[in-house]
Amino acid sequence: MIPELGHFSLIVALFLATTLGVLPILGAARNNSVLMGVARPLAYGQMLLIGVAFATLANAFLSNDFSVLYVAQHSNSQLPGQYRFAAIWGGHEGSLLLWAFFLSVWTAAVAAFSKHLPEEMVARVLGVMGMISVGFLLFMLFTSSPFERLLPAAADGRDLNPLLQDPGLVIHPPMLYMGYVGFSVAFAFAISALLGGKLDATWARWSRPWTTVAWVFMTIGIALGSGWAYYELGWGGWWFWDPVENASFMPWLLGTALIHSLAVTEKRGAFKSWTVLLAIAAFSLSLLGTFLVRSGVLTSVHSFASDPKRGIFILSFLVLVIGASLLLFAWRAPKVGLGGKFDMVSRESLLLSNNVLLSVASASVFIGTLYPLFMDALGYGKLSVGAPYFEAVFVPLMVPMVFLMGLGPLARWKKMSVPDLARRVRWAFGSALVLAVLLPLLMGKFLSLESNKWSPMIVLGLLMAFWVIATLVVSLRQRWAGQGRFMQRVRAQSLSYYGMQVAHLGVALFIIGVTLVKGYETERDLRMNVGDTVVAGGYEFRFNGVTESQGPNYVAGVGHVSVSRDGHLVTELEPEKRQYNVSGMPLTEAAITTGVFRDLYVSLGEPIPEAEGAWAVRVYIKPFIDWIWAGCLLMGLGGILAVSDRRYRIHKKAVTLQGAAA
Amino acid sequence: MMRFILPFVIFLVLSVFLYKGLGRDTREVPSPLVGKPAPAFMLPQLHDATRQFAPKEMLGKVWLLNVWASWCGACKDEHPILMELSHQNIVPIVGLDYKDKRLDGEATLNNAGDPYNLVIADLDGKVGFDYGVYGVPETYVIDKKGIIKFKLIGPVTPQNLRETILPMVAELEKQ
Repeated sequence: MIPELGHFSLIVALFLATTLGVLPILGAARNNSVLMGVARPLAYGQMLLIGVAFATLANAFLSNDFSVLYVAQHSNSQLPGQYRFAAIWGGHEGSLLLWAFFLSVWTAAVAAFSKHLPEEMVARVLGVMGMISVGFLLFMLFTSSPFERLLPAAADGRDLNPLLQDPGLVIHPPMLYMGYVGFSVAFAFAISALLGGKLDATWARWSRPWTTVAWVFMTIGIALGSGWAYYELGWGGWWFWDPVENASFMPWLLGTALIHSLAVTEKRGAFKSWTVLLAIAAFSLSLLGTFLVRSGVLTSVHSFASDPKRGIFILSFLVLVIGASLLLFAWRAPKVGLGGKFDMVSRESLLLSNNVLLSVASASVFIGTLYPLFMDALGYGKLSVGAPYFEAVFVPLMVPMVFLMGLGPLARWKKMSVPDLARRVRWAFGSALVLAVLLPLLMGKFLSLESNKWSPMIVLGLLMAFWVIATLVVSLRQRWAGQGRFMQRVRAQSLSYYGMQVAHLGVALFIIGVTLVKGYETERDLRMNVGDTVVAGGYEFRFNGVTESQGPNYVAGVGHVSVSRDGHLVTELEPEKRQYNVSGMPLTEAAITTGVFRDLYVSLGEPIPEAEGAWAVRVYIKPFIDWIWAGCLLMGLGGILAVSDRRYRIHKKAVTLQGAAA
Repeated sequence: MMRFILPFVIFLVLSVFLYKGLGRDTREVPSPLVGKPAPAFMLPQLHDATRQFAPKEMLGKVWLLNVWASWCGACKDEHPILMELSHQNIVPIVGLDYKDKRLDGEATLNNAGDPYNLVIADLDGKVGFDYGVYGVPETYVIDKKGIIKFKLIGPVTPQNLRETILPMVAELEKQ
C-alpha cells in the first residue's frame, strides 16, 4: 500500500507542476497578481509531494520491501543500512526521482528566498521550473516509475552493484545532481528575462548567487566522483574521460564560464545576450548529460541495459526545452542592446576570452564524447575517442586560459594599458618561471626517484600553477597596501573578492597535483610470491600473503603488504579482493595511505594459478595526487565565500527598504 | 539577425544525430547474418595461443558462439547462467573473447569459472567485426551446417534461454 502512496503523490505532484508551469506565466503576461500569487504555494506543495514519494521509496528500501520491482533489482537483505538508503539512487528510476526531488527543492528555495524580487519575475522563474518538473514527472510516470510492483514478491533482492557499495556513492550522486539541477535556476532566470523582454543587469544580479551555489555543488560532486574512481576502480587513475564523466564535465565548464560572464553582465551590463545563451546552454548540457547517460545512445562500458522508449522520450523533452529556449533567444536577443563598451585590453575582454576558451573546451569534450555517434550515423563505422584526444585538445586550451586567469583579477574594467599591466606582473612571471624551471631539478631527490626527471611538460604545468599563485600575491598586495591599518585594509576587501582568489588558488593546486602525479608517478604491476619485496620511490613493499575475511555481504581476500622506509615500518596496507555473495561479482578495494606529498597505493590483481599464494599486485606511488581534490575543494570553498558576501545580505535589506518606500 | 538563430540551427542538426543514435540502439534489428553461413575465421585459443580454431570444426554440431570480454559488466550477469548451461551439457558453447587482453580474459575465467568448451581470443576485434558484434555480450546459435540461426544482443537470461535459445537448439538438433 505504501509504495502506491508514493506513486499517487507523484501523480498529484504532476498536476501541481502543470499548474505551476501554466498559471503564473500566464499571470505575468496579463499582469494578473492572483495567477502569479499561486506560484509560491504550488512550489512548496510540489516539494512536499515529491518529498513524500521519495520518503516512500526510502522506506521501501530500508524495510526490504522486495515486492517493489526497483527495490528487488537494486537491494538485498544483506546490504548494510546506509547502502540500502544510497541504493535509492543506484539505478535509473530512483536517480530520476532524486533529480525530480532536487528540482522541487530548488524551486521551493527560489520561492522562499525571492521576497525582494518583482512579482512577475518570481512567477516566471517558478513557472519555467514547473515546466521542467512536468517533463521529469511525466517521464518517470510513463516510462520509469520506481514504484512498479513485483508480484509475487521476490524472496530477496538482486543486490546493489558492488561498485556502488561505497561511502562515495552515498554522497557523490546527490551532490552532482544538486549541481545539475541547480543550473535550472539560472536557466529559469534567463528564460524569464527573455519572456519579460527585460534583459538588463538585474536578472544577472539575481541569478548570480544561485548559479554559484549550483556550481559549488557540481564542483564538489565531480571531485567526489573522481576520488571514488581513484580508490574504487583499483587502477589508480582519477579521470577516465568516460562518457558518463564527460556528461558532468561539460556543464561544469560552461557553468564556470557562466559565473564569470554573469559577473560582467551584472557589473558592466556587457555580454548580455551571450550570458543568456550560456545559461541556456549550461542547463541544456545538464539535460543532455542525462539523455546520454540514461538513453544508452553511447554504449559505455558501464551500462548496457537501455530502453529505446525512454530515449525517445528524453530526446523529445530535450528538443522541446532546448529548441523552444533557443527559438525564444533568437526572437528576443536581437533587441538587447550592446551594453557597456570596453577596450581590447580590459577586464571585460579578459573575461570574454576566458568564456570563449571554456566554451571551446566544453565543445571539444562534447565532440569527443559524441564523435562515435556522429561517425556511426554518417556511416564511417564504429570508432571511439579515448583519453589521448581529450588530452591533446585540452592542454592547449587550458594554457592560455590559466595565463589569462592570472591577469584577470589585476586588470581594470573598461580600459587597461598593456605596458602598465605588464609592468605589474613582470616579477610574478619571472619568479614563477624561475621556480618552475628549478623545482623539477630537486623533485627526483625529494620523491626518492631513481633518476631526476625534467621535462618541458612538467615545467609548463608548474609555471601555470606558480603564475596563478604569484599574480594572486600581486593582487593581494595591491589591495592590502595603502592608507590605514593593515588589518583594516584586509577586512575592507569583499568576501566575493576572497572567494574568487581562493577558487583561483584551488585551480593552481589542482594543476600542481595533475602535473606532478603525471610527471612523477611510479607504477609497478608485478607477480608477487609470499615474502617478495619490491622497492618503489624509496619505499620497500613486502607482500605477506592473502588471508580470507568475511564482510557483511561479501567474502574478501585481504592482502597484507608491509611498507617500510630505510628499514623502519611505515604502514601496513590491506588491499582487498571482494566477492559479493549475491551478485557473485568480484571487486577490487585498493589500500591507500594518503599523504600531503604522496599516496602509497596497493591493489590486488588476480591470484596466479600455478604458484601457491602468489598474486598479481599493483604498487603505485602517486605524488601530490591529493592536491587534485584539495584544489577542487578550494574551488568549492571559494564559491561558498563568494555567495556569503555581504552585499547579498545587505542587498536584501536595501530592497525591502526600497519596496517599503515605493 | 542570423547569428541569433544559429544556436537553434546547430541544435536541430544535433538532435537529428541524437535521433539516429537512438535508432541505432534498438536491439530488435535483425542481424543481416541470420540465415547466412557463419563467417569463416581462424583464431588462436585463449588458453593456448598455439592452438587454432575455425568454425568449420563444429560442422555437424549445433553450437553457441558467445561473445564476451573481461571488461564487460553484463557478461558477469550472464556468466552464472552459462555455467549452469555448461553443467547440463546440452549444447557446446564456444566463447569469443572480444577486444580483450589475454591475461585479463584468462584471469576472469580462472577466477569465476569457465563455462566454455573452448575460448578463442579475438584480441583486436576483427572477427567480432565480421560477425557484426554490436555490443558485448552477444550469443549466436549456429546449426549443423554452419548457418547462423539466431543472434541475441545482450546477456543470456534464464528467460530467453528457456523460451528462445533452448527450444531452437532442440529443434535444430532434430534436423
